[in-house]
Amino acid sequence: MPNYLTNGHGLASWLLTKDHKRIALLYLASITAFFFLGGMFAFLIRLELLTPAGDVMTSESYNKMFTMHGVVMVFFFLIPSIPAVLGNFFIPIMIGAKDLAFPRINLLSWYVYVLGGLFTLVAALGGGVDTGWTFYTPYSTAASNTHVITAGLGVFITGFSSILTGLNFIVTIHRMRAPGMTWFRLPLFVWSHYATSLIMILGTPVIAITVLLVAVERGLHLGIFDPALGGDPILFQHLFWFYSHPAVYIMILPAMGVISEVVQAFSRKNVFGYSFVAFSSLAIAIIGFLVWGHHIFVAGQSVYAGLIFSILSFLVAIPSAVKVFNWTATIYKGSVSFDAPMLYAFGFLGLFTIGGLTGLFLATVGLDVHVHDTYFIIAHFHYIMVGGAIMGYLAGLHYWWPKISGKMYPEGWARFAALIVFVGFNLTFFPQFVLGYLGMPRRYHVYPPEFQVLNVLSTAGATVLAVGYLLPMVYFTWSIFAGEKAPMNPWGVKGLEWEIPSPPPTENFVVSPIVTHRTHQYAPSKEVGIGG
Amino acid sequence: MSGHVAPKSLYCTVFVTLMVFTGLTVWVAFYDLGLYSNIVALGIACIKATLVILFFMHVRWSTRLTWVVVMSGFFWLLILFGLGMSDYLSRGWVQGTLR
Amino acid sequence: MAADGHARVAAEGAHGVRHPRLQHHFDDMEQQAEASTLGMWVFLVTEIMFFGGLFMAYLVYRTQMPDAFREASHHLDITLGATNTVILIVSSLTMALAVRSAQTGQPAKTQVGWLVATMVFGAAFLGIKAIEYTEKFRDHIVPGPFFEWHGTYPRGAEMFYSLYFAMTGLHALHMVVGLGIMTVMASLAWRGRFDDTYYTPIEVSGLYWHFVDIVWIFLFPLLYLIGRH
Repeated sequence: MPNYLTNGHGLASWLLTKDHKRIALLYLASITAFFFLGGMFAFLIRLELLTPAGDVMTSESYNKMFTMHGVVMVFFFLIPSIPAVLGNFFIPIMIGAKDLAFPRINLLSWYVYVLGGLFTLVAALGGGVDTGWTFYTPYSTAASNTHVITAGLGVFITGFSSILTGLNFIVTIHRMRAPGMTWFRLPLFVWSHYATSLIMILGTPVIAITVLLVAVERGLHLGIFDPALGGDPILFQHLFWFYSHPAVYIMILPAMGVISEVVQAFSRKNVFGYSFVAFSSLAIAIIGFLVWGHHIFVAGQSVYAGLIFSILSFLVAIPSAVKVFNWTATIYKGSVSFDAPMLYAFGFLGLFTIGGLTGLFLATVGLDVHVHDTYFIIAHFHYIMVGGAIMGYLAGLHYWWPKISGKMYPEGWARFAALIVFVGFNLTFFPQFVLGYLGMPRRYHVYPPEFQVLNVLSTAGATVLAVGYLLPMVYFTWSIFAGEKAPMNPWGVKGLEWEIPSPPPTENFVVSPIVTHRTHQYAPSKEVGIGG
Repeated sequence: MSGHVAPKSLYCTVFVTLMVFTGLTVWVAFYDLGLYSNIVALGIACIKATLVILFFMHVRWSTRLTWVVVMSGFFWLLILFGLGMSDYLSRGWVQGTLR
Repeated sequence: MAADGHARVAAEGAHGVRHPRLQHHFDDMEQQAEASTLGMWVFLVTEIMFFGGLFMAYLVYRTQMPDAFREASHHLDITLGATNTVILIVSSLTMALAVRSAQTGQPAKTQVGWLVATMVFGAAFLGIKAIEYTEKFRDHIVPGPFFEWHGTYPRGAEMFYSLYFAMTGLHALHMVVGLGIMTVMASLAWRGRFDDTYYTPIEVSGLYWHFVDIVWIFLFPLLYLIGRH
């Protein structure tokens, strides 16, 4: 029987495919391209910051560099990364379905993503955008003379790709589960994607309309945010962060789902407190919508609103901590094996904890006044987005690579790369916490000489990190051609995806599975679960 | 398939009710009720929207899941309005500043 | 939510023949129909939030400059607005009847008839909207460099009309999309695609149409009526 890779040849069989697995690979190729594009901008930023003087580029070019870095990484890599690749590939398999509920919409979402990407590339090649990835008004509407409309439309269009993916996941998880796959037997990866999808469909439309209004204000002179007409630029920030704060959870929740799977698989233990981990995903998604005001503490928001948002922001720490504690408890007394996915998971646990705790600092109004718009915040969100989301993405990619490609990657190299990424990451971003605390502001291409040592450390770390990212690229590609053939279940773990051939057949299951228990049930559970 | 088929007479009743409310809201708009003008106008709009959702859109006969989905849309709208307005309505509470 | 987790039986075995409209990855027609309607409802939730951003802007500015908004709204034609409200509600009725005609398996001609009626009312709405827009252009109350206002609050009035054009424009755009969908539905219905075993596309399109109607039900009082006295 042909598998999904050999079932159909030629470009058209890929570009017109309705198979969720092939669409996942289309996404994998395109987000990888955008990741390296965004990485190139990051490299240029770090290169400029090697010395205190502005000797590589002008301040204008520097503004464009960090803007394009942010736009590409946030909207074209991080947001689609795990959901559109690993989620797309594995959600139907994990719930025992033949495909997502709407295969054509799934393919459409990829084309919409590519169209949005083209707009952004046109903006980049045409001279770039310099507003910062946040497109703050009135700079973006009145002052900037760069390609704001084109880039804004790119973000607007890509938003719909995200909405379509979220919509597809929600309907699939509700309506396509195999017999016996009850809600409380769902793998935690699926739970976290359900929560992610909620944010995608409830938040994304708001940024879509907001960015559209910016474009309309620039192009057609409707002055919704124009202070000259009594408009309020802070309203833009409210609407922008109503999406963009929850968007952080779009990036981190799927990574948490991967970590839940990997931690169980490589500790050979079912998760500690399944329903707590499952519901904490939903709690993060919901509470995540109540905290956006902490981005605008010092922008002119009222003091009392700041107070409310500060308290609400603290609340997100609770479900996040529940997850970290439960993963740790899962590892405790487990039969732990230190394969590459698990190394990334360990990296995630440490880095996410640091990122999360510094988030509490930033949610404290008084402290935020001090570190607002400094490198402290840069370090904080990179600990979440790179140390959390990308670590999770790499963990998942390694864990499921044998299933996706049907080939084994070289384990030794993979462990080495995981180590390199961890060291490189900390060397890049830990100095930035110190820099920020000492008062170095973000978004400047020159800085006082006393900050140079820490900046050199950070640039050195970024170089190491780049090697760590290139290595998997190389050995994954190598494994496709020369890797050992992967067996059905190379890790010896449990889960529906490991009960079908590697790579899976187009229809996923020859016979629709009937589910009788949770995944990762390695020993009789002592827990009293709900519907266990 | 098991979709609910509503009688034509029900659709017509709902339609006539919607018309009556439209007339009412236009008529009442010409009287100054102070703050109540806004409340009445929006209240009537909410009633009309509810009628459309329940009967024309068949939610009255739909699964609980559909109810949850519909309610979540409006609930999230209230989050946006509520927390957003918490800023605008408390502006200037700190004396001597605009914050 | 547990109610929807019903056990499903493999289609071929239990129901014998697969319906020609049943896609390969669904087990039965009911699952397919439920997925489609749920998908449309989820999409409509995103639409609520999409318009929600604009409604938020309206709410903020209406509370900040109520007098300017009152003055500006007096320039809108309440008769045209009310007429359009009536037209849209009528179109919702014909839409509901179009869905019903498919549900009850009535002949293609009846289905197409109700759909065309819906489209005619939709087009009438857009026609009246176009008349209103033309008047605004004639009177120079379109925001931008040529905006003229001879009242007390020129800045607030320009903000009001910025919101007016953004909100009604976005709504009109949805009407245009709706007309496109109805054209497709009418042509499918004409070819006898829908009967009492398969009518999901027409039902789902109806949900979209009613949603666009609901947006107008709110836009009408917010823009035309509040502060009218």
